[in-house]
Amino acid sequence: MSELRFEDVSVRYGTRRHGLTAVEDVSLSVGDGEIVGLVGESGSGKSTLARAAVGLAPVTAGRILLDGRPVPVRGRRRPVQLVFQDPYSSLDPRMTISTSVGETIPRRDPVTGAVLDRRTEVARLLELVELDPDLARAFPGQLSGGQRQRVALARALAARPEVVIADEITSALDVSIQGTVLNLLRTLLRELGTSMLFISHNLAVVRYVASSIAVMYLGRIVEHGPAAEVLAHPQHPYARDLLAAVPEAGRTPERPGDPALRAVADAEPADPHHPPAGCRYHPRCPIGPLVRADTDICRTRTPDTDHRHHAACHFAEPLGGTTERRSSL
Amino acid sequence: MSFLPRPAQRPRASARWLAVLRTPVGFCASLGLLVVLAFAVIAPILWTGKASATDVPDLLQGPSAQHWAGTDNLGRDIVFRVLVATGLSVELALLATAITVVAGLILGTAGVLFGRRVARLMAAAVNIAVAFPGILLALFFAVIFGIGAKGALLAIGFAGAPAFARLAQTLVAGIESRDFVAAARIAGVGRLRLLVRHILPNVAEPLIVNAAIGAGGALLAFASLSFLGIGVQAPSYDWGQLLGAGLAGIYEQPVAALAPGIAVIVAGLAFNLFGEALAKGIGLTTTLGRIPLGRMRRQPAEPASEKDGDVPVLDAADVVVTLPGPGRPIRPVRGVSLRIERGEAVGVVGESGSGKSLTALAVTRLIEEPGQVTASRLRFLGNDLLAGPARLHRRLLGTKLAMVFQDPMTSLNPTRRIGRQLAEVARRHEGLSRADALAKAVDRLRAVRVPAAARRARQYPHEFSGGMRQRAMIGMGLMSTPALIVADEPTTALDVTVQRQVLDLLETIRRADSVALLLISHDVAVVGQVCDRVLVMYAGRIVEDLPAAELATAARHPYTRALAAAVPDMRTDLDAPLAVIPGRAPDPAAFPPGCAFAPRCPLATEQCRIDEPPLETDARGRRVACWHADSPTDGSTEMTTAGRGHE
Amino acid sequence: MASLTVPASAARGLADSVALRFVVRRLARFAVSLWVLLTAAFGMIHLIPGDPVRAALGISAPPSLVAARRQALGLDLPLYEQYWHYLRGVFTGDLGSSMTSQLPVSQTIANRLPATLQLALAAFVLAIVLAIPLGTLMGVLTRGGRARRTELAFTTTSVLLGAIPDFLVGVVLVWLVGVQLHWLPVAGKAGFASFVLPVISLAIGPAAILARILRVEMIAVLQADYVRTARAKRLPALAIYLRHALPNALTSTITLGGLLLSTMVAGTVLVENVFAWPGLGATIASSILSKDYPVVQGVVLVYGIGVLAVNLLVDVALALLDPRSTIRES
Repeated sequence: MSELRFEDVSVRYGTRRHGLTAVEDVSLSVGDGEIVGLVGESGSGKSTLARAAVGLAPVTAGRILLDGRPVPVRGRRRPVQLVFQDPYSSLDPRMTISTSVGETIPRRDPVTGAVLDRRTEVARLLELVELDPDLARAFPGQLSGGQRQRVALARALAARPEVVIADEITSALDVSIQGTVLNLLRTLLRELGTSMLFISHNLAVVRYVASSIAVMYLGRIVEHGPAAEVLAHPQHPYARDLLAAVPEAGRTPERPGDPALRAVADAEPADPHHPPAGCRYHPRCPIGPLVRADTDICRTRTPDTDHRHHAACHFAEPLGGTTERRSSL
Repeated sequence: MSFLPRPAQRPRASARWLAVLRTPVGFCASLGLLVVLAFAVIAPILWTGKASATDVPDLLQGPSAQHWAGTDNLGRDIVFRVLVATGLSVELALLATAITVVAGLILGTAGVLFGRRVARLMAAAVNIAVAFPGILLALFFAVIFGIGAKGALLAIGFAGAPAFARLAQTLVAGIESRDFVAAARIAGVGRLRLLVRHILPNVAEPLIVNAAIGAGGALLAFASLSFLGIGVQAPSYDWGQLLGAGLAGIYEQPVAALAPGIAVIVAGLAFNLFGEALAKGIGLTTTLGRIPLGRMRRQPAEPASEKDGDVPVLDAADVVVTLPGPGRPIRPVRGVSLRIERGEAVGVVGESGSGKSLTALAVTRLIEEPGQVTASRLRFLGNDLLAGPARLHRRLLGTKLAMVFQDPMTSLNPTRRIGRQLAEVARRHEGLSRADALAKAVDRLRAVRVPAAARRARQYPHEFSGGMRQRAMIGMGLMSTPALIVADEPTTALDVTVQRQVLDLLETIRRADSVALLLISHDVAVVGQVCDRVLVMYAGRIVEDLPAAELATAARHPYTRALAAAVPDMRTDLDAPLAVIPGRAPDPAAFPPGCAFAPRCPLATEQCRIDEPPLETDARGRRVACWHADSPTDGSTEMTTAGRGHE
Repeated sequence: MASLTVPASAARGLADSVALRFVVRRLARFAVSLWVLLTAAFGMIHLIPGDPVRAALGISAPPSLVAARRQALGLDLPLYEQYWHYLRGVFTGDLGSSMTSQLPVSQTIANRLPATLQLALAAFVLAIVLAIPLGTLMGVLTRGGRARRTELAFTTTSVLLGAIPDFLVGVVLVWLVGVQLHWLPVAGKAGFASFVLPVISLAIGPAAILARILRVEMIAVLQADYVRTARAKRLPALAIYLRHALPNALTSTITLGGLLLSTMVAGTVLVENVFAWPGLGATIASSILSKDYPVVQGVVLVYGIGVLAVNLLVDVALALLDPRSTIRES
C-alpha cells in the first residue's frame, strides 16, 4: 500500500514582504495505484507542488506524507520520484545512459533485500520502457526527445518508487512522439501498480491518462474528483472555463453579448505576487462579483471545499453530489 | 536562429579538442604556445651563462653579428637575456594561474558542498571583490605580501581569484539549475558526488579555456608589476624587469625595452589566442557553408492563372527556402504553392522541422541573407513581390500585412514602450505626427481589448502579461487596415484560457473586416477550430490541402490521418491506445528520397521510396500528394506498433 | 527594503517604487562596497607580516625612532580604536601623513588626482567614441556570416590590440612617435599634445575589446525576435539598426564591458609610469617601493573609490537604457 498525501501544504519563496506563495493550503491524496491528474495554467503552482514532494521546494507549512510517514527527502532511499518536463535538460550530457539510470538504483531490492546487479538492472529497466538495452552505452546527445524521455522514466523507476510524479512529460515532445510516451506510461503503471501524480496543462492528455483530476488555480486546488465526474459536471467556474477553452475542431466559441461577461472573459490572469483576496478567481469569474451583484462574498471570503468535487466555490453544488443544478448558473 | 534545425550530434570531447588544432588560428596559437613553453624550459639551461656575461668594451652596442640585438648598459647580450627571461616569466605566470584556479574553484564551488547560505555569502564576497580590477588587487596584495617575486606571485594569483570564482559560480549555477542535477538530488546522490560527477565535468571546458587565457593575463600582470619595480628584483630578471630597466635608456638603446616588450606580447598572445581558439572549438559556433545563389529569384516563370475578378490576397507558387547548413546548404522548404482568398482562414499544420514557419517567413519576405528564397510566383494583393527591390513593397507590406509571432515575450522590443512600438508603424508608413500616431496606437490597443489602454501604452513589454503582449502584437498589425494576418504559432506560449481569448480576438477581427488569416500551428485542434482550409506540411512540402472540417474525418493522406489520430482530444477513446507514428520526423538536412513520409508510412511501397508523389488537385479543389491516397490504413494494427528503439 | 510609503495610485506608483527600490539597492551596494574598501585599506597595514614601521625605516633605524613613529601612526593603540580613528579620519579628510616626506597624504592626493582624472576621463571618452560606431558597423556588416574577410580582419586586429597591455602600447608609442619621429612629447604633462600618447595607450585596448563585444552583441540582437518584428513592420534598415537593435546591444555590452572601464582607472597606474605623468599612478608605485604605507593606503582608497564610482555610473547608464534592469537584478 502506498498513498501520497499532501496535508495543508504551503510553499513560499522569498522574504516576508517580497515573497511569493506558490502553493497555499493544498490538500490532495494520490491513492495506491491511482493516477491523479493535476491541471492548471502556468504559475498555478502545480510544478512547485511536485518539487515540494521530492524536497526540491521548501514546504513552509503542512506535511507531505507517504503512507502516513513524512516523505524522505534525504539519504539514499527515495520512494517518490519525479520525471521532468524537458528531456534535453534532465539527462547529464556527459554521462552514459547506463550511468544515469544506474545512479538511482538502490544497492538492495527494497522488498526482497537481494543485492542488485547494476548492469542487469539497467538492462531490465530499459526493456521496461521499450528501449534497446544496447542504448545503455549511448550518451543523451545520441538520443531523440522521445527516447530521452523514456530514459528519464527508466531512471525514475530505477529507484523502485512507490509514487512517480510526472511533470508535463509530454509537452516538450512532438505530437507524433507524444502518443508513444502516453501509451507506454499507461501500460507501465498498470503492470507495476505504481501510483502517479500526472501534471499537465493539457486537459485532453490528462483525461486520457488520469483516473481522477485536480484543478489548480493560483496556488490553490479549486476542484478535485473522479475524472469522468469532473469533466462531465465541473463545479468550479474556473474548471468550466478551462474545459470550454479546450480547442476543438468545428467548434466556434460564442462571444458573450453581456459587456460584463465580455470584460471578465478578456480579463488578465492574476499576478501570483499579488493574488486577489477572497476567491482568487473572482476577477475572472463569469458568475462572480464583476458580473452578478449578489456575489460580493467572493471578494472577501475564501470559499471552503465542502462542495461536490471539493470545489472551492461559494456557489458550487453542496457535498453529496446531486445532479440538480442551480437554475441561475 | 530559432528556425534553424537543431545542431546535429556534438562530437566527442577529444575530437573537439583535436578539431581546435585544425583551424588556422588554433594551429598557430598551439604552435606559438609550444615554442614559448619550449624556450621557457630550454633557454635557462642553455644560455644563462651567456645572458649574464658582461662584455665591457661593448656597452650599449647596436645589433651586430656577435650580439644580434645589441647589448645593454653592462654589455650583456639582449637576445639571450630576453630568451632566458622566458623561463622565469612563464614559470611565474603558470604558478600564479594555478593559485588563481585553486582559490577560484574553492570560492566558486563551496556553495554546492555547503548549501545555499554559503553560496550566497560567497557570491556576495566575490561580487564586491570582482568589481575591482585585477591590477589594483595585485597592487594591494603586493603591499601585503611584500616586494619581490614571491610577493608578486601570491599577489597576482589571488588577484585573479575573484574573476575566476565569479565565472565558476556562474557556470555552476547554470548547471545546478538544469533538471539533471535535480534528478540526481532526488536519486539521493550526495553533494560531493554531485559536484565531482555531475557539475565539474560540465563546467570543466570553459574553466580550462579561461585558465589558458588567464595564464596570458598573469604573464602580462607580472610584466606590469616587475616593470613598476614591485615584482622580480635584480639580479633576477623576467621580461617586465628587463622592460623597466630598458625604458630608462630608451633614447640610447631602444631595443633593450622593445625586445622584452615584444616577447611579452608574443607570449601573451600565444596564451590568449590558444584560449580563444579552444573556446571557439568547444563552443557551438560551427561555420556555416555558403549558398551559391542570388537573392530572391524567380524560377522559370509560370503563367499566373489569374481568373478575372477577385485577386487573391496571397498567391505563391514553388516557394523554395535554402539556408546555410553545417557543410552544405539545406533546403527546409521545397516547392510550396499556396493561395489565400480574401477573408479566408488558412491553417498550416506540421511537426517541428516541417518548414511551416519558414514558409510563412518566405512568403512574407522576412527571410534574410544568408537564407535564400526562390519562387516562380509570389503576389500579394496582385502586386508582384519578386519584381523590384524590397523597399518598393515596404509600404504595401507594412500596411496590408500583419504578422503575429509565437513568443510574445521576445517579439516585442524590451527597451521601447508598447505605445511607441505601435505608433512607429503609422509614423513610418502613413506619415502621422508623433501625437496622432500615439493616439492611434492607444485606440488600437483598445480595439484588441487591452484594458486601460492609454496607461498601458506607456508601459514596457515586461510589464505586460503573455496574453496582453500577444494582443499588443495583434494591435500592431491593426495600425493600418491589413488584408492578411500571418500568425505563426500565436498561442503556443499561452495558457489555454488565454489562448481562447487570443483566438477569439483574431476571429472577431477577421469577421469584422473580412481579413484573411494564415495560421501556422502544430496543434491540429486549434487549426481545426479556427480555419476554413488546412495545409498539412511534411518535410518541406505540402502533402495535403483540405477543408478544416474534413481533417478528422475525411483526410486522404496517411500522414494527415495519423496526425489527427495521434493527438488525444476530449473525445478520444479511453480504452484504446493512442495511434502513434513510428520513427521520427526527418531532419531538414537529410530528407529521404521519394516520398519523405515513406519510412514511417504503413502504406509505403517500392514506388514511394523512389518517386516523389506530386501534389494533385481533385474535382473539389482538395490537393494531396500520395501514391496511395484514400487507401485505408487499417490503423489499429500497423499504425500502433511503434518499432522499439527506432524512433 | 523599499516598500516605503508609496502612493497607492496603482501602476504609476509601482513604477516609482521599482525605480526607487533600484536606487536604494544600488546605493546600499555602493555603501557596502565602500565599507569593505575602507576596511581593506585599513587592514592592509595590519596584514603585512612583521612590523611595517621597522620595514619602512630599515634594519638600521634605532628602536626609539621606530617606537616614536609607531606612536605617531597610532599603531600602539588597540585595533578597534585604530579602526575608529581611521574611519573618522577618512570622513574628515585626514588620511595621515607620509612616513618619508611628512606631508599630509590628503595634500599629495589633492595635488596628484586632477592629472589622473583628466587622463582617465579623456581615455574613457576616446574608447567609447571609437568603440560604439565601429562595433555597430561591424555587427551590421558581418551579421549572419556575411563579409567573412572583413570579419576576419576586424577580429584579428581587435584581438591583437586587446591583448597588448596598455603600458606596452605606451612603450612602443614612446619609441615610435617620440624617439624615432620626434612628433609628440613622451614625458610629463604640458598642454594638449602631451595627452595624445598616454590617452591612446590607455584607450586603444579597451576600445578594441569593447568594439568586439558590441559586434557580437549586435549580431545576436539582430537575430532576436523583436528585430524580426521590426522587419515585419517594414521599417527602413537604418531605423532597425539604430533604434531597435543598438539600444539592446548596448545594454549587454555595458554589462560585459562595464568592468573594462574600471580597468582603465587602474590602467592609469602603469601608463603614468611610462609617460612620467604627474598623477597618482607614479605616486603609488614609488610609495610601495619606499614602503610609505600611509600614502599607499590613501592612494589605494582613492583608486578604489574611483572604481566604485565608475561601476555605479555603469549601472545607472544600464538602468536608463534598459527598463528591465531595474527589476531584474536583485
